[in-house]
Amino acid sequence: MAPIVSVSNLSKTYASGFKALKGVSLDIEEGEILALLGPNGAGKTTMISIICGIVNASGGHVTVGGHDVVRDFRETRAMIGLVPQELTTDAFETVWNTVSFSRGLHGRKPNPAHIEKVLKDLSLWEKKDNMLRELSGGMKRRVLIAKALSHEPRVLFLDEPTAGVDVNLRKSMWDVVRGLRASGVTIILTTHYIEEAEEIADRIAVINGGEILLVEEKAALMTKLGRKQLRVDLAHPLERVPDTLSSYNLTLEGDGHCLIYDYDTSAERTGITALLAALAEAGIRLKDISTRQSSLEDIFVEIVGAGQ
Amino acid sequence: MNIEAVKSIYFFEMARTRRTLLQSVVSPVISTSLYFIVFGAAIGARIQEIDGVSYGAFITPGLMMLTLLTQCIGNGSFGIYFPKFTGTIYEVLSSPISMVEIVLGYVGAAATKGLMIGTIILVTASLFVDLSIAHPFVMLFFFVLTAITFSLFGFIIGIWAKDFEQLNLIPMLVVPPLVFLGGSFYSIDMLPPFWRAVSHFNPVLYLISGFRWSFFEISDVNPIASAVIILVFLTLCMSVLTWIFHTGYRLRN
Ligand SMILES: Nc1ncnc2c1ncn2[C@@H]1O[C@H](COP(=O)(O)OP(=O)(O)OP(=O)(O)O)[C@@H](O)[C@H]1O
Ligand SMILES: [Mg+2]
Repeated sequence: MAPIVSVSNLSKTYASGFKALKGVSLDIEEGEILALLGPNGAGKTTMISIICGIVNASGGHVTVGGHDVVRDFRETRAMIGLVPQELTTDAFETVWNTVSFSRGLHGRKPNPAHIEKVLKDLSLWEKKDNMLRELSGGMKRRVLIAKALSHEPRVLFLDEPTAGVDVNLRKSMWDVVRGLRASGVTIILTTHYIEEAEEIADRIAVINGGEILLVEEKAALMTKLGRKQLRVDLAHPLERVPDTLSSYNLTLEGDGHCLIYDYDTSAERTGITALLAALAEAGIRLKDISTRQSSLEDIFVEIVGAGQ
Repeated sequence: MNIEAVKSIYFFEMARTRRTLLQSVVSPVISTSLYFIVFGAAIGARIQEIDGVSYGAFITPGLMMLTLLTQCIGNGSFGIYFPKFTGTIYEVLSSPISMVEIVLGYVGAAATKGLMIGTIILVTASLFVDLSIAHPFVMLFFFVLTAITFSLFGFIIGIWAKDFEQLNLIPMLVVPPLVFLGGSFYSIDMLPPFWRAVSHFNPVLYLISGFRWSFFEISDVNPIASAVIILVFLTLCMSVLTWIFHTGYRLRN
């Protein structure tokens, strides 16, 4: 199936001369939840802004639902809902009016029943006649989500939806997101929080310095996560891994003072007992043993670090 | 054509007008009344008539233009500047709506508001003086075209402005002198020859003169020249806007 969003070789140089995107390519499948993970200034918002039509690209192109976002902007923008990173609201409008306004802007005929459903789903119904300046930050965030959902989009961009949102609200927000996915909406969210990506995403893309460093199924990343390391500090340094231990796939580190053994915790046998026996048999004396689990965080830091 | 979107923007802007009804309607009525008291009663008592028209009636078209220009530029610029300032512009930019439709919504609302207030002034003025409109269609031509042109002009200012100071620069510093020196309150025949010649470089003179002609058939310049000037300015504004939309100037950096 053709991807619902296809970004190819996208670049952006801001007026200041800063290169925010350096030839990014990314395909997003219909119906998936993709988490765009990256540190501050990575280019996440810039990429989303180009797809949505807020910022002009300097090079490359993007299609949404097979339509070019510049040439066929009416088709693509009608399909897209956007929740921006910044909390920007018209202070003096009521919740109901601002959400209805968004629907109209997207060319949809008024549909009070739909607006009502969206507001109820986001627990905003009691606030529908309140002015936006009377709402808390978390409520404003939900209003932005309601605006993005007002025109029944097929693709939803959530730019850091959980910034400034408490645990309860975050939970209910994920419920809404899952509900949307169940109804076939494709969701792209950006976040700094790896647990968040882990919790909700189907695929994870890591972006840094305007470049995509990795796009992978979450499951595949999780198996990497499932790996542990056994670190054996040796009393006497080795020059190389002894032949008798070659079947264990060991690496020698720290000038030969330390052996690293990678193993899979989910495997039936970890091989640790056998390894320790083999070490004793080879007459290698141990000083210390420790294990360590790599987290998505480590993987992330590693990838981002390598990219720099 | 995304009619729903144009309607949304238009009514959203008109709703803003409703919220600020007091200041947007009452203040022009008060200031017009003041003009009539100060200029009409005090000065008018001495001037009495210009070209056979009572002074109070003579200044009415100029007053309408003064308000129309200020209101249209103010509303046209604020309408687009405010979402730029708060950041809510993201939504308009990411909607399936062309630049022409954005302009129809914002400029349409600004022009409507300007016309409403202009009409209120006309009504207020008719309470003070006897008014008759010799050429109603010509009057409407100038009235509507001026509203649209200066709302467009305001819209351009709103896109260009980076802060409130820039936003107010032209409406506060440039427009009032042009209007006051454009013969709102006098006929340029009353000026010394040098200033009369200088006045001919003031585009607002042509607007006021043409507009006044539609009321009383008296004018400082040929009404045809007035019509040409307003059409030229309209074309100019539209060309600048076309360029802005083409380049994404200060909107889609
Ligand atoms: N209008 C602009 N003019 C100049 N540079 C900009 C502009 N907007 C963003 N940048 C720069 O582009 C880079 C990418 O910004 P972007 O907002 O896309 O990052 P991000 O990944 O969304 O970061 P964050 O996680 O902080 O939201 C940053 O270095 C930023 O300073
Ligand atoms: Mg961002």
